[in-house]
Amino acid sequence: MPYTARDWDSHPPLVSPDYKSTVARGPTRPLVPLPQGLSELTGPVFGHDSIGPLDHDLTRNGVRNGEPLGERIVVTGRVLDDRGRPIPSTLVEIWQCNSAGRYNHAADQHDAPLDPNFLGGGRCITDDAGQYRFYTIKPAAYPWGNHHNAWRPAHIHLSLFGNSMASRLVTQFYFPGDPLLPLDPIFNSVPAGARERLIADFSIDVTEPGFALGYVFDIVLRGPDATPMEA
Amino acid sequence: MPKGQTPSQTVGPFFAYGLTPRQYGYPFASIAGAEVAAPDADGEHVRIEGRVLDGAGEPVPDAMIEIWQADASGRYAHPADPRGSNASFRGFGRVGTGTDAQCRYWFTTVKPGAVDGAQAPHINVIVFMRGLLSHVYTRIYFEDEAEANARDPVLATVPAERRDTLLARRIALPGGTTYRFDIHMQGPMETVFFDV
Ligand SMILES: [Fe+3]
Repeated sequence: MPYTARDWDSHPPLVSPDYKSTVARGPTRPLVPLPQGLSELTGPVFGHDSIGPLDHDLTRNGVRNGEPLGERIVVTGRVLDDRGRPIPSTLVEIWQCNSAGRYNHAADQHDAPLDPNFLGGGRCITDDAGQYRFYTIKPAAYPWGNHHNAWRPAHIHLSLFGNSMASRLVTQFYFPGDPLLPLDPIFNSVPAGARERLIADFSIDVTEPGFALGYVFDIVLRGPDATPMEA
Repeated sequence: MPKGQTPSQTVGPFFAYGLTPRQYGYPFASIAGAEVAAPDADGEHVRIEGRVLDGAGEPVPDAMIEIWQADASGRYAHPADPRGSNASFRGFGRVGTGTDAQCRYWFTTVKPGAVDGAQAPHINVIVFMRGLLSHVYTRIYFEDEAEANARDPVLATVPAERRDTLLARRIALPGGTTYRFDIHMQGPMETVFFDV
């Protein structure tokens, strides 16, 4: 059964001039429609054997000689298709900067400290209810070169597959109440009415007493269409 | 009621230690890399390589390429393919363009077979990079499959003067066969990208 179309009212345009790098990198010609076949309706399958025991816990998977610095958080949510059905057994990968706003990446030149006990990468597989769960450190804002005094709001990057190439998604989620959100060209590249979906909810129920604040971020991927098209 | 599709955002410049850590030398396992088919997989073993070029013709050093393909007999390693797959074939690869002096990506794989009676052999490609807000899909076809390409129903929907952008060039080297496939994001040779 074919998957629902990419909803371009929910996704950013490929060229969004306020985000300057898109001007030379986003394709300019219309995408050519491709009828979905086996090539699009299949995709890589990752089992629990591709996940290490600490992969979901960024507060521990980069530890060398102590605890990472910063505010511990729990991030959880469900991966659903666009009819609301959970997507179990799918890979969720995340990466982020540390609590000072510095990525553990050779190319990050931001003058903020690295944390020797924080790697910033993690992955997990959704359970039968489509639920994923990470422990991590709350990332901070960081400056970037897009325009004068440009700062990215705190965010965590995510990568998901769903059950096919058609449901592939790479995105970022943000934190509620961040004053940088209205100023961020990447967040604002998403059409109004859809960009709020990228902000996680704080949850006192997910918060673990004495340990970590809880955030909930549900993710909706394309899924099999309710109304199959004629062959 | 679901909220609607979660919007896409750019992969950004710093994906490497999360998504391609082994390739870039970070202390974290990788779920996939450049090896798409194991050395003992059936079929013609080939290398696929190329660059991603921006609108100024500059190679992009912070792109990530994923490929997904059928094995040499045209089967996908996925439950939706009723024929089942062979064990030494994964079909999926992921490589960043940031570890090669020429900003190349590369994969070692086998040339795929035809997936069904109609389509020519092809490899599905997803392109991510800093400055790309939503991933784009393209396909690698093989220039030495002219007859199959001429019958391919997807190529037939592409304007004739742009079909060339989907053809990998065969280069026979002493060590084996390489197919070269550059991805042009913009310009007169802009690669055909698909709305899947
Ligand atoms: Fe970032």
